[in-house]
Amino acid sequence: MKVKDKPAKQKVKSILGRYQGDPGMLVSVLQDVQAEYNYLPKEALVQVSQGLDIPLTQVYSVASFFKAFSLKPRGKHILNVCLGTACHVRGAVRILEEIERALGIKSGGTTKDLKYTLERVNCVGACALGPIVIVDGNYSGQMKSNKVKPLLESYN
Amino acid sequence: MAKRKTNRINSPQELEAIRESIIKSRDPSQTCIVVCGGTGCLALGAQDVIAGFRRKIQEGGLEKKLALRITGCPGFCEKGPLVVIKPENILYQQVRGEDVAEIVSETVKGNIVDRLLYTDPDTGKKITYESEVPFYKKQKRLLLGDNSNIDPTEIRDYLALGGYAALSKALFKMSPEKIIKEVKKSGLRGRGGGGFPAGVKWESCRRAEGDTKYVICNAEEGDPGAFVDRNLLEGNPHSVLEGMIIGAYAIGAHQGYVYIRNEYRLALEHLTQAIKQAEEYGFLGENILGSGFDFTVKISRGGGAYVCGESTALMASLEGKVGEPRAKYIHTVERGLWEQPTNLNNVETWANIPLIINSGANWYSTIGSEGSKGTKIFSLSGKINNTGLVEVPMGITLREIIYDIGGGIPEDRKFKAAQTGGPGGGCIPESLLNLPVDFDELTKVGSVMGSGSMIVMDETTCMVDMARYFINFLERESCGKCIPCREGLKRMSQILTDITEGKGKDGDIGLLERLSAALIDSSLCALGSTAPNPVLTTIRYFRDEYEAHIRDRRCPAGVCKLDAVIRK
Repeated sequence: MKVKDKPAKQKVKSILGRYQGDPGMLVSVLQDVQAEYNYLPKEALVQVSQGLDIPLTQVYSVASFFKAFSLKPRGKHILNVCLGTACHVRGAVRILEEIERALGIKSGGTTKDLKYTLERVNCVGACALGPIVIVDGNYSGQMKSNKVKPLLESYN
Repeated sequence: MAKRKTNRINSPQELEAIRESIIKSRDPSQTCIVVCGGTGCLALGAQDVIAGFRRKIQEGGLEKKLALRITGCPGFCEKGPLVVIKPENILYQQVRGEDVAEIVSETVKGNIVDRLLYTDPDTGKKITYESEVPFYKKQKRLLLGDNSNIDPTEIRDYLALGGYAALSKALFKMSPEKIIKEVKKSGLRGRGGGGFPAGVKWESCRRAEGDTKYVICNAEEGDPGAFVDRNLLEGNPHSVLEGMIIGAYAIGAHQGYVYIRNEYRLALEHLTQAIKQAEEYGFLGENILGSGFDFTVKISRGGGAYVCGESTALMASLEGKVGEPRAKYIHTVERGLWEQPTNLNNVETWANIPLIINSGANWYSTIGSEGSKGTKIFSLSGKINNTGLVEVPMGITLREIIYDIGGGIPEDRKFKAAQTGGPGGGCIPESLLNLPVDFDELTKVGSVMGSGSMIVMDETTCMVDMARYFINFLERESCGKCIPCREGLKRMSQILTDITEGKGKDGDIGLLERLSAALIDSSLCALGSTAPNPVLTTIRYFRDEYEAHIRDRRCPAGVCKLDAVIRK
């Protein structure tokens, strides 16, 4: 945990500064904090609570309510497998299973070496190209089981 | 020479002068290569194509001959990456990086690259022009039509096409009451799914007591299978902003929010830039166009909760709270965000407003069906040949959308059902293919318009599995605040899972129906009260499939793995 370091604290402070202490922007602030650290460290939540003048319990309830937030460290690469209806109809479950097998983790898990985190998303709105896998924000459309390995290898 | 310090426009006259100068500076006959830079095409490798064109044009010193424009999505995602050569509108499909050199050299010579043209699957003939492709022929692209003429990161493109003229007209030639009257008269109904008349909502919000009022644009497009709002914001963000500013003026609001899914990276980026440019040009901020009206827009990003598409849950989230809905005995137009009168509309609803103000309610109400005016954008996906985004007049039949525009089912399989309206929608069977698609007709057959997803299923899709999929989805997404939704969905999910695993019992269908009735009657918000739709419609139209699973331990579509159960 590096948030206690001075520069790290500064980072959260500058995120808070972007939103001028507007408590309505809590979700956005947490998004930015997570983008910075890959997850929501406890110390950062405390700092956000103080910075926006929101009780820590509320910050925690919001952080744990939304699926996008993780209270545990995540991998270097984030894999999102879309399981929206269109992708489901086109066999997204098989792709997810293939990735689970390849990484040896279940969806929601992180590999021991903190290299990959595997998550499922409901729909990314690229339904025409399903099944879709998103790695670190990059979309790979029309996925097939045999494309899984090369995809993972390209993010080694 | 000193650069002009500011782009700010201070009056309608200045706006028209700037528009004039932009149009004059452009040569309409200049060849322009348009590449779709929407999420769909990017996922198919459009980035290589774009980089290739930039390089080739630069290497050849062709900047004067060939313009390059990266635009939002023209809709034909199936055949992406898409390239259109303007002004002729020659459509090249499935373009790869290695095709770029040939396109450039042939285009300069005035030739067409035949091998990249679309082939009509029925006739086997190559089709040169975009408008002649069957996918586009039956569409009425009022909202999407401009996408290929606009670089969404460039406000001047929007201005060149008459952008913000509706705002100028609304601010200087119309009173708020007149605007509301016009929107009411147009018959525009909320595109987020509810179908509530937009003008009536605006009027209630205007009349509501409160010093501060808010307008919200709902871009939390959480329905799996829907990508309408994403495309509008990616491709033409200013049209949405313009609608919001007009609405805010009519209602008397000075602060607006766009609540958008954080997963929509590109839409977020384009919207952020559009807001910045609109501020720079004086369409947002203080004293808009010199009218004395002030309005600002903030973006709030969602945290990936489906329920936040519900208006009260969205507002709770905007206040920095957990996104749980509340009972709506007091409407949000009276007390919404921060307990103030709040008018929330969906992205597509807002995008319709400039059209109505520019061309008038009389014109707008000639499009569409009796009770549903205008066009509707559908995201067509699943087992269909032409996946993508289609904009059609309300009242068009399902058959026309699926067969004429969508090109039918791949591999000549048999159509089984179309699922509309997202998880809270229903499955419409083949016998209803001639159904005119509008708000009221869809409700009559047990489905809903929803936010415009249309997922096509063929004979290899199991309808019980589909119902299970949706109920599972909703069970996960239920916020858990009210018991019918939290517990009811859990039970329904269990029963459906049992059926798909060969453990169904006689009486399960009746139990599902009773649970459904309880959810419809007693859920707090629309997530719970519409949740039974996929179950009820599949029971209504595909009861035999349920019975085959329960009685014969057989999945007619061959999807469910029932064989593990020992038959007695």
